[in-house]
Amino acid sequence: MGKMNDGPMNVAAPGMETKPVADAAAAAAADLLHGAILYLDGITVSFDGFHALDDLSLDIERGELRCIIGPNGAGKSTMMDVVTGKTRPDVGEAYFDRQFDLLKMSETDIVKAGIGRKFQKPTVFEQLPVVVNLELAMRAKKGVWATLMVRLNGEQRDRIDAVLATIGLIDCRHQHAGALSHGQKQWLEIGMLLMQEPQLMLIDEPAAGMTHQEVERTAELLVSLAGERSVVVVEHDMDFVRSIARRVTVLHEGRVLADGSMDTVQNDPKVLEVYLGS
Amino acid sequence: MPRTLPLRLQFSDFGVVGILAFVAAVVPALNLLTSPESALHVSTFTVTLLGKYLCYALLALAVDLVWGYGGILTLGHGAFFALGGYAMGMYLMRQIGDRGVYGNPILPDFMVFLNWQDLPWYWWGSSSFPFAMILVVVVPGLLALVFGWFAFRSRVTGVYLSIITQALTYALLLAFFRNDMGFGGNNGLTDFKDIVGFDLHADATRAALLAVTATILGAAYIGCRAISASRLGRIVVAIRDAEDRARFLGYRVEHFKLWIFVVSAILAGIAGALYVPQVGIINPSEFSPLNSIEIVIWVAVGGRGSLYGAILGAVLVNFAKTQFTGLFPEAWLFVLGGLFVLATLFLPRGVVGIRRPSWAR
Repeated sequence: MGKMNDGPMNVAAPGMETKPVADAAAAAAADLLHGAILYLDGITVSFDGFHALDDLSLDIERGELRCIIGPNGAGKSTMMDVVTGKTRPDVGEAYFDRQFDLLKMSETDIVKAGIGRKFQKPTVFEQLPVVVNLELAMRAKKGVWATLMVRLNGEQRDRIDAVLATIGLIDCRHQHAGALSHGQKQWLEIGMLLMQEPQLMLIDEPAAGMTHQEVERTAELLVSLAGERSVVVVEHDMDFVRSIARRVTVLHEGRVLADGSMDTVQNDPKVLEVYLGS
Repeated sequence: MPRTLPLRLQFSDFGVVGILAFVAAVVPALNLLTSPESALHVSTFTVTLLGKYLCYALLALAVDLVWGYGGILTLGHGAFFALGGYAMGMYLMRQIGDRGVYGNPILPDFMVFLNWQDLPWYWWGSSSFPFAMILVVVVPGLLALVFGWFAFRSRVTGVYLSIITQALTYALLLAFFRNDMGFGGNNGLTDFKDIVGFDLHADATRAALLAVTATILGAAYIGCRAISASRLGRIVVAIRDAEDRARFLGYRVEHFKLWIFVVSAILAGIAGALYVPQVGIINPSEFSPLNSIEIVIWVAVGGRGSLYGAILGAVLVNFAKTQFTGLFPEAWLFVLGGLFVLATLFLPRGVVGIRRPSWAR
C-alpha cells in the first residue's frame, strides 16, 4: 500500500521526454514558454507595500506532479490566487497551456480553460448529496438557462460512478456531503476537481487534518492522477511531500528559494536556514 | 438530452396541489351554491380572506425561493408585490371610466382633483387588461433585474444586501407617497368597480378570484419545485453554501443569483396583482419596510427551503394576525416579534421541520 512504482510520472526531470502530446507544431510553439503547462514569470503582488510575491518565476511541466513548500507567508496561497484569477499581480506574466494569458481572464474563464483548484479548507456543498456535488463539478454547459433544463445522461452517470470509485466514496453517494468525515470531504473535493477534467490541478494542503491512513490514500490518489494531468500540491506535511513528490519547489518571502528533488532541497543550506532548520 | 424539467413529485407536492385544488374548486362552490343558512356555507368574507392569504402565500413562496434556496435575505420583496399591485390597480382605475366622482371618462379621480389635463405617459395602455398583465410581470422583473445586476455584480452579500433591499422599498414608499408621482399619493388607487367586465363586488367574481389565485399559487408552487429540483436549483443552493467554490467550478454566480432574484420578484408582482382586486385598494403603505420583514417571518415560521413551508407559514401567521388584531390590536407586533424569536430559537426549520413522519419524507 502506498508504494509507487513506475507510474506514468517519471516526468519531472527537466528536458523530459514528452509524450505524444507534444507534436511538432506544438513543440515549436512551446519553444517560447519552455513547453510548460503553467508558466509564471516575474510575478509581483504587493499588499500595502508588503510583497506577497516578489518577482516569482515558476514553470510546471505537462504531466508533472510538483510540490510547493515554504513557511507561512511564503506566498504559496497568493501564487494559487494569481493562477486562478482571484488576485491580480502588479507586474509579471502568467500563461497556461501556452495560449491562455491568465492575467487577462476571469475566474470562471480560467476554470473553463482547464485549471481546477482545491482549497485548503475542504469546501464541498454540505447540504447536497455527494453525487450532486460531483454533478455540479462536471465539465458541462454552465449557463443559467442550460442548467435549468439539463439532466444527466448515461455517459455522465458512468463518469460520476468512475470518479466515485476513484475517490472511494461509492457507498456514500447519496449522503449529504456535510455528513462525510474530514478526509472524505477532502477526497470529494478532489473528485469534484476530477469531474472538471482539468489539465492542471492546484491542490492546497490535501493532507491537513487527515489520519495516517487517509494521508497514505491521498498520496496514492495524487500520484495516480499525475501523468494525464499536471498536479501542483501545496503542503506542509514533509512526510507527505517526500512520499509523492518527484520535484519540490521551496518558496520563501515570495520568491523561489530552491528547486529540485526532495533530497537536493533538503540539503540546501538556504532551505535549512529558513525552513527546515527553524 | 431530454429537455423536460427534472421533477419527481413528492408526497408534499400532492398535498399542496390537492389542498389548493380543493380551495379552487370546492370553496367557491360552497359559497355560491349553498344557502347562507346551510352549515356548509362559506361566506364571501371568508372567501376574500382566503384569497388574501393565498396571495401572501405566493409572496412567501417567492421569498423562500430567493432566501431559502438562494440564501439571499431580501427585506424588500414587498416592493415587487406592491409594484405588481399598482400595475393591476392602474388597470382597475381605468375600468371605473366615467363612474368616478368627477365623471371623467379618461382620467382617474385623483388626477382630475390635481387638475391634470392629460393622462401621464406611463398610464398609457393601462386600460388594456393584457397590457396591464404584461406590466405586472415586467415592472417588478425589470426593477429586480437592474437592482440585482448592480448588487450582485458588486458582490454585495449578506446583511449589506438585506439593508439595501430595505432602502429600495423605503425609497419607493417615499416616491409613491408623492402626489406628483401620478399614482394617487398616499390614498393610492381604490374605489375599483370591475375587472374584465365582472363586478368586483359580486360574490361570483370574488369566488372566481379565489379560484384563480389558488390555481396560480399551485402552478407557481410546482414551477418553484421544478426549479429547485433542476441542476440550476442545486447550483443556487451550492452558491448559498459555498459561493467561492461554485465560482471556481465555473459558474457565474452573479447570473444565477440574478436569475433567481428576478423570477422571485415576478412571482411577488403576480401575488400583488392578485391581491389588489380582492382587497380593493393599493396604497404606498404596501412598500413599508415592515411589510417586507413580515414576509421573512412568515417564511421563517413555516420553514424555509421547503416551499410548502412558506405557504403554510404565510397562511398560519396571517390567520393568527386576523384573530389577534381582532382581539388585541396593540399586541400583534409583539406577537409577531415573539414568533420570529421563537421560530429562530426553537424551530430553525420552521413548523414543517417539527416532525416529518417517515412515510412523508
